[in-house]
Amino acid sequence: MTHTEIPPASGAFRRPTRHTPRKAERRPSTSGTGTGRLDRVRARLSSRAATAVALLIAVVWTLPSLGLLVSSFRTPDAVASSGWWRAFGDDALTLDNYAAIFDPTRVQVNLAEGLINSLAITIPGAILPLGLALLAAYAFAWIPFRGRNTLFITVFALQILPVQMVMVPLLRLFSGGEIFGTVVVRPLDGSTGFASIWLAHTILALPLTIFLLHNFVASLPADLFEAARIDGAGHGQIFLRIVLPLAMPAIASIAIFQFLWVWNDLLIALVFSSSDQNPITVMLTNMVGTQGQNTYLLSAAAFISIIIPLGVFLGLQRYFVRGLLAGATKG
Amino acid sequence: MPALFTWIATLPALLQGVAILAVFVALIGLIILAVEYLPRPGRGGTLLRLALSILVPVVLLALLHTYEIAIAGGALVGLGLFLLDRRSRGGAGRLLQLLAFLLPAAVLLVVGLVIPFVRTVFFAFQNDAGTEFVGLRNFTWIFSNPESLATIGNTLIWVLVAPAASTLLGLLYAVFIDNARGERVYKLLVFLPMAISFVGASIIWRLVYQARPEGDAQVGLLNAILGVFGAAPVDPLSSAPANTFALIVVFVWIQVGFAMVVISAAIKGVPADQLEAAALDGAGALRRFTQITVPWIRPTLIVVLSTASIASLKIFDIVIAMTNGRNSSGVLAQQMYERFTLGENGRAAAYALLLCLLVIPLIVINVRNLRHSREG
Repeated sequence: MTHTEIPPASGAFRRPTRHTPRKAERRPSTSGTGTGRLDRVRARLSSRAATAVALLIAVVWTLPSLGLLVSSFRTPDAVASSGWWRAFGDDALTLDNYAAIFDPTRVQVNLAEGLINSLAITIPGAILPLGLALLAAYAFAWIPFRGRNTLFITVFALQILPVQMVMVPLLRLFSGGEIFGTVVVRPLDGSTGFASIWLAHTILALPLTIFLLHNFVASLPADLFEAARIDGAGHGQIFLRIVLPLAMPAIASIAIFQFLWVWNDLLIALVFSSSDQNPITVMLTNMVGTQGQNTYLLSAAAFISIIIPLGVFLGLQRYFVRGLLAGATKG
Repeated sequence: MPALFTWIATLPALLQGVAILAVFVALIGLIILAVEYLPRPGRGGTLLRLALSILVPVVLLALLHTYEIAIAGGALVGLGLFLLDRRSRGGAGRLLQLLAFLLPAAVLLVVGLVIPFVRTVFFAFQNDAGTEFVGLRNFTWIFSNPESLATIGNTLIWVLVAPAASTLLGLLYAVFIDNARGERVYKLLVFLPMAISFVGASIIWRLVYQARPEGDAQVGLLNAILGVFGAAPVDPLSSAPANTFALIVVFVWIQVGFAMVVISAAIKGVPADQLEAAALDGAGALRRFTQITVPWIRPTLIVVLSTASIASLKIFDIVIAMTNGRNSSGVLAQQMYERFTLGENGRAAAYALLLCLLVIPLIVINVRNLRHSREG
């Protein structure tokens, strides 16, 4: 998607100047006690009924995941005969489901391979677009050229092209090496591994990544660049020594987003990966088809697929929220 | 390039990722080196230019295995160096530097997005083999076939209900937990589903929706709760249009976290003195909310709504993993994929184009937002 205008940490907030200063003038004394009064005003907003509703929503939002987690430790018989909430009474919990899902003879998919494939797709899939986008973002922000704004808006608009709109020709380009019927490159085939899925993820991530990094790189103080230029640094040195280190927080938050996006992706993997490069999302979808009735297996497999993104998410939550508020989310 | 990829593909899966990253870092390093030293006058610069003029065509030939591109690449380098020399008398060879920064991304965007986009537009008006134009036949098929009409209807339900529901719930939740005790925990609980894939979420909700015949013990949470109230068990996925709403619930479950966090941050920015003044003037909590908070966070609400609208227009994973389009629960993106797997490229492209046309109004909103924030 786009971007929110209100990243509170960076303070780039547009104030409706018509109101704020007037109020501030009239009430100069509030500055000292403002926070205390604010708390009271806000406290009344979150009344007891509101808290009850919030609690209800929180519970409703948590129960389904809890159900999955509990089901994944129950025996096939228990899962078939009673709801997961009954598991707290009987103590027939087992780890056998987890043993089963990593045994390809029992579930018809190789889940361990799926996990490794997911990592092999996701790590380059998160880093490749960031590198290329940072180069482009630097050019858009600090190398003035004619038509820069138009080009930038075009790149920005490209991000909302649905995957579906480019998927089939892109596949033909990769598998046949042709554009409009003319062969231009040697095709990528079964022997080229993850190449087409890396390229697909990189291409599709570029517009949003360029846009977000540009916003950040453009907000760096111009004095820095001026001083570096006076010291004789060219664009290459400025990029390496100033832009890259300073943009690291932005890069980190976008990288986390891209990691989750690629890890959780299904469509691009279905279209661009061959069967021995299938990531875990594709394997899970296949399992729904073949093991749809065996919920004890499905829930264990689903839980395994959730652990890694959940760990990344919980460990780097601060960066994640920062990226979110800068608009790093895909529609 | 395929040769390189073929070599990488012989490595174990995880090493393949490491290898491509190493190659990538080396490439970026070369680009930066070139940008820094190429425009400099003197011997080093000259040698580097000479090396570049020879290396670029050779490398292109090795990577892509076509003479046309190698020749074109060589010509481009020559032209670049020529322009650089002409320019560098005045400036500092900006053009070549600019190209070095922009070209990698630009080539990928043109080859990977712009050209495929144009081709898909063509495909939509061609037969499945792409050999002849068939006019509007793919579209008339979509708009006359009852199944695909249901698909369009479902997509409209999605885009009308899902964004509004997730934004409204996110807004309410953000307001209710604002400054409440344990706000962080509350946020985390609703935010967590964002880390879960649509596929994972679909499996989670399949468990919730499980239905057994009346009289049997219900193992799905939904029917167990219905049973407590003495209602007959229902299978929410079995009939249209209820199944579309059941799928929307899964989407909302994931999307509310996003809406809540973004809206919550905006609410923290509502100026305290305005709320306070209104409170002193006797405005109740509800009035303060509707008269001050909501107008203040309106831009944020629009962003959250348009994001969710784009996401729900393009919804694919949930439908594939929960129903695979059975019982008339299909949507545009899922139908597009199904037509593609059936080899019906014309109809697939027509679906894609339809999807794209529906997204365009949202692009306009977003571009406007961008213009606004660039000026401001």
